[in-house]
Amino acid sequence: MDILLQQAINGLTIGAFYALIALGYTMVYGVLKLINFAHGDLFMLGAYMGLTLISMYLGAGMTSGIIWALLVIFILVMIAVAIAGVIMERVAYRPLRRAGRLAPVVSALGVSIFLENAVMIIYGPRYRMYPKGLIPEIQWNIAGAQVTLMQVLTLVISFFLMGALYYFVHYTRLGTAIRATAIDHDVARLMGINVDAIVSLVFILGPALGAAGGIMVGLYYGRINFVLGWGYGLKAFTAAILGGIGNIPGAMVGGMLLGIFETLAAGYIPQGGAWKDAISFFLLILILIVRPTGLLGERVVEKL
Amino acid sequence: MALLEVKELTKSFGGLVAVNGLDFQLHEGEILGMIGPNGAGKTTVFNLISGIYPPDRGEIKLNGRSIIGLKPHQITEMGIARTFQTIRLFPNLTALENVMAGLHCRTKAGLWGALLRTKAQREEEKFIREKARYYLKLMALEEHEMVLAKNLPYGLQRRLEIARALATSPRILMLDEPAAGLNEQETSELMETISQIRDSGITVLLIEHDMKVVMGISDRIIVLDNGIKIAEGTPEEVQNNPRVIEAYLGKEEE
Repeated sequence: MDILLQQAINGLTIGAFYALIALGYTMVYGVLKLINFAHGDLFMLGAYMGLTLISMYLGAGMTSGIIWALLVIFILVMIAVAIAGVIMERVAYRPLRRAGRLAPVVSALGVSIFLENAVMIIYGPRYRMYPKGLIPEIQWNIAGAQVTLMQVLTLVISFFLMGALYYFVHYTRLGTAIRATAIDHDVARLMGINVDAIVSLVFILGPALGAAGGIMVGLYYGRINFVLGWGYGLKAFTAAILGGIGNIPGAMVGGMLLGIFETLAAGYIPQGGAWKDAISFFLLILILIVRPTGLLGERVVEKL
Repeated sequence: MALLEVKELTKSFGGLVAVNGLDFQLHEGEILGMIGPNGAGKTTVFNLISGIYPPDRGEIKLNGRSIIGLKPHQITEMGIARTFQTIRLFPNLTALENVMAGLHCRTKAGLWGALLRTKAQREEEKFIREKARYYLKLMALEEHEMVLAKNLPYGLQRRLEIARALATSPRILMLDEPAAGLNEQETSELMETISQIRDSGITVLLIEHDMKVVMGISDRIIVLDNGIKIAEGTPEEVQNNPRVIEAYLGKEEE
């Protein structure tokens, strides 16, 4: 019982990372019907930028008020990665908007390779360590399972960001414009919606959330490297499809489920840890056979 | 001066000339009907005016200012709204949200305001909601505000399209076959609505196949055939024009 609870808590944490990244895939797909394969690398970029800023802060000899410093660092990195996302869309995707479906995918892969190599050249190919002990190592014992402060913070921040996104998309003027644009670009234009601006907005929101996930992964695992985006990107993409690509609550649910499923498999299946990726993708295949539109998707996914 | 002035407008698709040297003027406060057999180029004229594609030749002036080359959302901002021959609502948004989308260009709350939930932003969201409800009420749709557009009956979808177009605060409203598929009662309600819209100061450009509607409410009518204007005048003049009878009324399948 306590193992089940422990694995569920761990899974929820990992699931929160997947969900934050999956939102970026699903929003871009919703509006542009494009799989932004470079999205995972923006997440990785966020992890590195976070590392740099934290190191600068500690390097300046300041250790007090680290929580506030981290908050500021989160916001700065989210803004910086959002800017990177907007530039990426301008340079790599917008010129190809009318070029069919394959060209932007190739372009996305190009951006991905570019970002990974740029980070490798700047930071080196080895693992980089996040400073230890930034978040006090407090833990609680709940019914035999250990919950760390870092896990609690991860969940609180993730749920806050996801809640804010959900509110923004469903209850504000710009959110309505995003949903209208996702349904029909031409009609949205005729309603006076500047579709290019909405696309830029989507490339602000998704990468900002991914960047927050990147810093949290760095803080949680303590080490990052330049190919971090591939593994997480692929899992988050899986989560987005699991929940129904293009569907925002779907990405959240899909991420959480994938995280929990993966850790439970690792905990209960012999040598499950080694098989956990295979198990996740098996789950994906299963869901796609039973429900091709994903758990919460209603439209048939006709373009991929 | 005409509110909208179209001169020498020409557009071809491949070898087909859809609109050929079209001239017409839309005067402030009138209902101008545009009729013609299927394929005469009427919807193409709407698409050219709303900026969906550029004309090959010719000029479109709103209040003396050319709107050629402007993007569709800019043209909407300048005050030209439209509906579609085949209904094109946002099917997965509620009736209220559809109208809110139409209000987008008349409001300005930005990303920061929304993220920080500033007071000005909250007030504007409230304003948008109230304004959207006003347009729903205007089209007698207030009971359906939470219904997804795709779940509304056909007649109400037509009305919702008009409500959404009105929400952009247009000076010119272009209606593309608004009576298509409506029953008799709905059609007479629609005629009344269009007259009210005109009386509220919005100029109407109307494509319609239902002769009772066009002849009943248009102040003037222009007739298109094969992309060329073959007649222009009051409903009576047009009905008695031999070219129109030959080219259009004689061949009408209805």
